[in-house]
Amino acid sequence: METPDLLEIVDVSRHFDAFLALDKVSLHIKAGEFFTLLGPSGCGKTTLLRLLAGFDQPDGGDILLDGKSIVSAPPEHRPLHTIFQNYALFPHMTVAENIAFPLRMAGHAKKDIQTRVGEALENVRLPDKAGKYPDSLSGGQKQRIAIARALVNRPRLLLLDEPLSALDAKLSEQMQIELINLQKDIGITFVYVTHDQSEALALSHRIAVMNGGKIAQVDIPSRLYGFPNSRFVADFIGKCNLLEGYVRDQQGECVTVELDGLGPVHVCRSEVTLAAGSRCALTLRPEKIRLGRSSAIPGASDTRTSMSVAATDSPLDDESHFTGHVHDILYLGDVTVYIVTLANGVQLETLLANSASGRTSFFDVGDRVEVAWSCDAGHLVQD
Amino acid sequence: MQRKVCYKYLLSLPPMAYLLIFFAAPTLIMLFATFRYAGEYGGLAPWYLQENGRLTLDLTLENWQRLVATDIYLRLFVKSIGYAVATTLLCMIMGYPLALVIARSGRKYRDLLLLLVILPFWSNFLVRIYAWMIIFSPVGALTRMLNGLLDLVGVGPVTLMYSPTAMIICLVYVHLPFMVLPLYANLEKHDLDLLDAAQDLGAGKWRRFWLITWPLSLPGITAGSILVFIPVLGMFAIPDLLGGTNGIMIGNVIKQQFMESRDWPFGSVLSIMLTVTAVAVVLLGARLGQGRGGRG
Amino acid sequence: MVRKNLLLWLSAALVYGFLYVPLVIVVLFSFNDSRLNAEWVGFTWKWYGKLLHNREMLTAAMNSLIIATVSAGAATLLGTLAGIAMHHYRLRLLPLLVLAPIAMPEILMGVSLLVLFIMMNMTLGLVSVMLAHITFSIGFVALSVRARMSGMDPALVEAARDLGASPWRCFREITLPLLMPGILAGGLMAFTLSIDDFVITFFTAGVGSSTLPLQIYSMVKIAVTPEVNAVSTLLMLLTLIVITAASRLSPTLFRGK
Repeated sequence: METPDLLEIVDVSRHFDAFLALDKVSLHIKAGEFFTLLGPSGCGKTTLLRLLAGFDQPDGGDILLDGKSIVSAPPEHRPLHTIFQNYALFPHMTVAENIAFPLRMAGHAKKDIQTRVGEALENVRLPDKAGKYPDSLSGGQKQRIAIARALVNRPRLLLLDEPLSALDAKLSEQMQIELINLQKDIGITFVYVTHDQSEALALSHRIAVMNGGKIAQVDIPSRLYGFPNSRFVADFIGKCNLLEGYVRDQQGECVTVELDGLGPVHVCRSEVTLAAGSRCALTLRPEKIRLGRSSAIPGASDTRTSMSVAATDSPLDDESHFTGHVHDILYLGDVTVYIVTLANGVQLETLLANSASGRTSFFDVGDRVEVAWSCDAGHLVQD
Repeated sequence: MQRKVCYKYLLSLPPMAYLLIFFAAPTLIMLFATFRYAGEYGGLAPWYLQENGRLTLDLTLENWQRLVATDIYLRLFVKSIGYAVATTLLCMIMGYPLALVIARSGRKYRDLLLLLVILPFWSNFLVRIYAWMIIFSPVGALTRMLNGLLDLVGVGPVTLMYSPTAMIICLVYVHLPFMVLPLYANLEKHDLDLLDAAQDLGAGKWRRFWLITWPLSLPGITAGSILVFIPVLGMFAIPDLLGGTNGIMIGNVIKQQFMESRDWPFGSVLSIMLTVTAVAVVLLGARLGQGRGGRG
Repeated sequence: MVRKNLLLWLSAALVYGFLYVPLVIVVLFSFNDSRLNAEWVGFTWKWYGKLLHNREMLTAAMNSLIIATVSAGAATLLGTLAGIAMHHYRLRLLPLLVLAPIAMPEILMGVSLLVLFIMMNMTLGLVSVMLAHITFSIGFVALSVRARMSGMDPALVEAARDLGASPWRCFREITLPLLMPGILAGGLMAFTLSIDDFVITFFTAGVGSSTLPLQIYSMVKIAVTPEVNAVSTLLMLLTLIVITAASRLSPTLFRGK
C-alpha cells in the first residue's frame, strides 16, 4: 500500500559562513510515520529540524508539504509545531493559558478554546494543573503540557527536538512508551531528532542516520541494525565489531572474504555485489557471536562436545570458528561483556546473558575460548 | 529578511537620533568652540564675520595657547589626577573588606548587606556632601574635640573644613559604592574550593589572599577603579563646598569659566582635555583588564 | 560559607558605620531645636513646618517631580528600544552612544549641553533640564532592559512563532510581559537619577528654574538652616520608597554592575 508523502525535503543545503551544515539533503516522510533523524552532535539534524519549522531558511533546495513549497512561509503560517528541548512553556502564563495560546492565535472562539483546552489536559492526564504555572511542574509534566500545547490545534506534523534528553533514564523510558502510544492514537506524523540510537530504534518507524550534513542511510530500525551500509552506520547503531579484510570471491549471495590475519570466512545473504580484491569490513554484532570454552588443541573443529556452555542458536551449515582468550570482562548486571583477543591480535566484543544464577560470568580473564558465528550473522560494508 | 531589517531600524533609530543630537553633537560643538573667541558679554562669539557681503572665518588658536602658556593648568590637571588617584586608592582599601564580607556571606544576608551598601548611595548627592559639612563644621563636635586634644599637646587649632583632606574624605564617601559593587560582583564568582585546596597544601591566611583571591579579583578592582576615578576627576561640587582654596580641581575651573568668567571657549578647551584624560584612563583600564587573561 | 575572620568583619563594620553615621547625623539634626548643627538642644518639628511654607522649596520640589516624571517616561521609551536593539543586533554606534554618557564625568555633559542649548537659542528652563536628564538616563534603562533580555529563554519567542503568533503578537504577548520588570526597574532608576541629579541640572537649568538639589546647593552655600536637614530627610525617604519598589520588581537589579 503506497502511503503518500506528507513531507518532501529536496536537495536542501545550509551553510554557516565556511561550515556546511547540510549538504543537498533529500528525504521523503510519509503521513502517519514516526520518523527519526539520528546522528552525533554537529551532523545537521537540528539544523534540518529548524529549517522544517521555519526558524531558518535553506540556502538551496526546497521543502514541500503536501506537494506545496513551504520554504517561504514564516513559522506561524506552517501547519506544524515543535516540541523544544527545554519545553519552552511560557513562564508568565498558566498551564491552561499555555495550551490555549495556539488556539487564540488562530482566532478560535473563547468557548471553543475552553473545551479544547480541557480535552487536551484530559488527554495528557493532568486535568488539575490548569491554573498552575509551569515552574511548579516536574520535568515529565512539563513535557506532557508541551505536547498538549502543540497538538491542541491538530497540526499536520509534529517536530520533536531531543525532547527526552533532559529526563533521567527511568522517566525517559516511560515517556518513550507514551510517545509511541500517542503517535499511534492520534496518527499524526512525528519527525523526531535524537543522538541516542537506542531511543531511535525503540520509537521509530523509519530512521535517517545523518553524518557531517549528509544522510548516511534511511531505513527501518531492524534493517539499519542488521544491514548497515557503511562503517559509520554500523558503528553508530548499537555495538559492533568490525573485522577488516578483502573480497576473495562472490557467487550469487555468498561472498568469501579473507579476513586480515584470520583466514577466509563465508558471508551469505549479501545484498550487494562486491568486486573481487576490494577491501571491505565484516560487521558482527556481539550478540550474534557464539562463545564457548575451547579444547586444548587450537582450531578444534568439533566444537559441540568441547563447549560446556553454548548459545541457544541451532548450528547452521556454514559457521566460522576462531580461538582466542578472554582479555577483559565487564559485568553489566543482565549481561556480561567478554572482550576476546583472537590469534591475530584482533579484539572482539561478545556478550552472554547471565542466565545462570549465582555466577557473574561464565569465563575468567585468560581462559581459552572459541568464538563462532554463522554465515548470515555478519554484514559487509565497504567504506 | 526585509522584515528583519525594518525592525532593526525601527528599534535603533529613535534612541540613536536622540543621542546624536543631545550627546554627540554637543561634544562636537564644544570641540569646535575651542577655536572660537569669547563673546562680548560672555558665551561664544560668532564663528564667521560678514564684511561687505563676504564670509570670513573668525577662529583662533589662542585658547589652546593659553592652556600651555603657563604651567598653571598642567599643575591643575596633575593635582586633580592626584586627588582622584588618592580617592580611588582609599576606596579600594575601604571597599575591599566590605565586598569580601558580603561575597562570603550566606545567601540570606547577602542581599540585605548589598542593599545596605547601596542605600546611602541613593540618598541625594548634595545631602551626602552636606552631612560632611556638618561633621567638619568649625562649630561642630568633631572639630572642637580635635582642637581640644591638640590644645593639650600645645598645637594650635585647626579647621577640618575647607581642606583637601575634607574634600577627599567626602569624595571617598560618595564614590565608595562604585568600588564595592563591581568588586563584589567579581568576588562572588570566585571558586572557594581554590582556597580550600591552597589551605590543604599548606598556605596560611595571608598567603591565600595574596596568591589567590587578590589576583582573581583584579578585573573587579579595575572596573571599580575606573568607576571611581572618572567621576571624581570631573567633580566640582565637593571641591567647591569642602575643598577651600587648596582643594581646587579641574571641575571647579571649568565651572568657573562657564558660569562666572563666561569664557566659554577656554572652558571648552579644559573640558576637551578632561574628556581626553577620561577616555585615556578608560582605554588603559580596558587594556589592563585584558592583560590579566581577561577573566571576570 | 562564613569565614570567621574577626579583623575582616570589624573593618567591614567600620566601613558600614562610615557610610551611615553622616546620614544619621543629618536626619537627627533635622529634629534639633537649634539653628546650628552643632549640638543637640531639643526635639522639634518646626523645621519641617518651615519647609512646607517655603515657597521656593515647594516650587523646586514640584519642578523636580515634573522633570523626573517626564524625563523618566521618555528615557524609558527610548531606552527600551535601545536595549532590545542592542540585544538582538550587532550594532556599533548605538551601544557607544548609549553607554558613553554613563561613563563620562557629568560636568562634560552639563557644559556641552549648555553650549548646545544656547546655540539653538533655547531659553534654559524645565524643558532644557528634561532634555538633559533624558540623555543620561537612556543608558541606564537600556542596560536594564538588555540584561533582562539576555536572561530570557530565546526558545520562548520561537515557540510562540511556531504556535502561530505573528512577530508583533509575539512581542506583545511574550517579549513585553517578560521584559516588563526590567523596563520598570530601568524607569524607576531613571526617575531616581533625575530627582537626584545636581551637576547636569546646574548647567542646564538657567536662572529662573530650580530643582530640589539646586535649591539645597544654594541654601548650603548661602544660608544653612536645619530646613536643609529636613528636606534631605524627606528626599531620603522618597528615594527609599522608590528603590524598595524597584527591587521588588527586579530582584537582581542590585547584583553588581
